[in-house]
Amino acid sequence: MARIEIEHLTKMFGSRIALEDVSLSLEKGQIVGLLGPNGSGKTTLIKTLNGLLTPTHGSVRINDMTPGVETKKRVAYLPDRTALPEHMTTLQLMELYADFFADFDRQKAEAMAEDLGIDFNQTLKKMSKGTKEKLQLILVMARKADVYLLDEPIGGVDPATRDYILKTIISNYNEDAVVVISTHLISDIESVLDDVVFIKDGKLVLHKTAEQIREEDGKSVDQLFREVFRC
Amino acid sequence: MEWFFKNGIPIYTQIIDEMTMRIASGAYAPGDKLPSVRELAMDAGVNPNTMQKAMAEMERRGLVFSERTSGRFVTQDENVLRKLHEDLARTYLSELTEKLQKIGMDRDEIRNVVDSWLAEDNQEV
Repeated sequence: MARIEIEHLTKMFGSRIALEDVSLSLEKGQIVGLLGPNGSGKTTLIKTLNGLLTPTHGSVRINDMTPGVETKKRVAYLPDRTALPEHMTTLQLMELYADFFADFDRQKAEAMAEDLGIDFNQTLKKMSKGTKEKLQLILVMARKADVYLLDEPIGGVDPATRDYILKTIISNYNEDAVVVISTHLISDIESVLDDVVFIKDGKLVLHKTAEQIREEDGKSVDQLFREVFRC
Repeated sequence: MEWFFKNGIPIYTQIIDEMTMRIASGAYAPGDKLPSVRELAMDAGVNPNTMQKAMAEMERRGLVFSERTSGRFVTQDENVLRKLHEDLARTYLSELTEKLQKIGMDRDEIRNVVDSWLAEDNQEV
């Protein structure tokens, strides 16, 4: 059974087509890069997988279930913008996550927060943009989920933190989970990816392993991306 | 130790090259226990499946072997290690001769220039 099964998914916003006839099956044990330029439909796809948006046509299944209460227990989602209450401190947010998610490993979250020098008593409101992103990623990665949906996890952080985040993703790798990372910062993450999915104007244009791209195309994922999406 | 990956070449083959080099140079000595796949993957910043694939291929080539419970080790087989050094030497020599031929040198000239290079006492070898 695929962890994520998308069949002929179309999503319209009014008359605008955000996703058009996307079919994609993702197995466990993979780190998948969901790559596309701004506005290509990455966030729409992730929100649909997470049940925040519903398909106009077609279907989305997580662990063979329609996204809903049950799948949210198994899906760790990092949204593309802060969705947490700004007045809460690191410590309070960890308590919130521990309350909400049975699979949240608080010790792990605290250890990661210490590694990144995050103040446990600071409120989200007072944190820099980068620190906020780090904390949110920690909360998400400290869950032991079946599916991780990371929408632009490395966009707003410095290169050293980026390395730490990628190492965190690698060290958290488990063969029962699938990790989907959406980004346009491809060269930073491409060595971490098993599979690469390109979407362009709401359509899926490529689904290959990263090693296949290097072997068959003789290119880095980043080089291929620049070709496919040349403006 | 630092890892560098080139564009457009499968990462697992680059890992094999790097690890082979580390074994040949003694950075990992015969019989040394290697870090776990996960640790190596983190260190190199690569996908754990890719690192696993590289390790499996190195095992197939006899450069490393795994003990079911205690991990993966560098081979102590002298024949394998000798062959490793020979293979690497041949690779480097073919690169060198190819470059020298490209600038128009023939076999004798190459032999002479290598000899005189080695004879210069300011060299490390």
